[in-house]
Amino acid sequence: MADNNKKRAAYRALVDRVLNGTGKASKGQRALAFGDEGLDQPLRTLIGKVATSPVQVTDADFAAAKAAGYSEDQLFELVICAAVGQSARLYDAGLAALAEATGQREA
Amino acid sequence: MRLDILNRGYGPRTKLLFAVIRLVSGHPVPDAAKLVYYRPDFYGARAKEFTHEAMRGPSAWSVGDRELMAAYVSKENGSTFCIAAHTATASQAYHDTPRVVAVLADLDSAPVAEPLRATLRMLGKLTVTGALSAADMGEVLAAGVSPQQVKDALAVCAAFNTTNRLADAFGFEILSSEDFQAGAKFLLKRGYR
Repeated sequence: MADNNKKRAAYRALVDRVLNGTGKASKGQRALAFGDEGLDQPLRTLIGKVATSPVQVTDADFAAAKAAGYSEDQLFELVICAAVGQSARLYDAGLAALAEATGQREA
Repeated sequence: MRLDILNRGYGPRTKLLFAVIRLVSGHPVPDAAKLVYYRPDFYGARAKEFTHEAMRGPSAWSVGDRELMAAYVSKENGSTFCIAAHTATASQAYHDTPRVVAVLADLDSAPVAEPLRATLRMLGKLTVTGALSAADMGEVLAAGVSPQQVKDALAVCAAFNTTNRLADAFGFEILSSEDFQAGAKFLLKRGYR
């Protein structure tokens, strides 16, 4: 339906921007943060927590990433990519379950 | 917040805007609002647009229902800032604080209609486990929720699973009850754009 397409389109615009637009972190790093896979330490710990247990993120996680050479702007972007990535997987899983339950293709 | 750029990295126009907001409202600018003003071309502009569509765009769910979904998803994520902010907003939207408190304390016994209860249960399971089966979704549809309502609820879920993570990762400062109430009033008047 038209309205739902607007919600979904607005979401896709957000995902597309954080992954494919310009940034201080490379597109490759942003994609790895979005997918929560394939990152080296100490970024792996920070990004993993953002994706699966964000309340456990600590000052030390950010300090370790900065000590490894990541700038604050890069961490801003990578944390956002991780948050959007996890929510995208949930959104997709919900829509897939709905499509299966109704026997329809996802709109 | 944990990144200095999110506390102090704003340009003169944005700093002025924050000062005006503080002066006019008599309340601090919440970190949730500050975040979307930092390099808005990267995240804030599109995040605001999507969140506004999900929370205030046309839907068979009321604004109160969607704010309750936001509070419930936040509770499942243990996101203190967002629980407080959206408990206040849902309570004001419904003019019914006990109902919101009851849902967050025990969904099964709370005084809400079955379609909303089934939808909240589904959003909670998706948020916590990351997965849903067709049978899970079948229960929601059997409770009388339309497929479009499910899609609308999933959009709210996506918006708040993003915001909850940013609130806790960046470390949004917890506000006073009065400040959260003022923020809720603003969200009901102006939305998320």
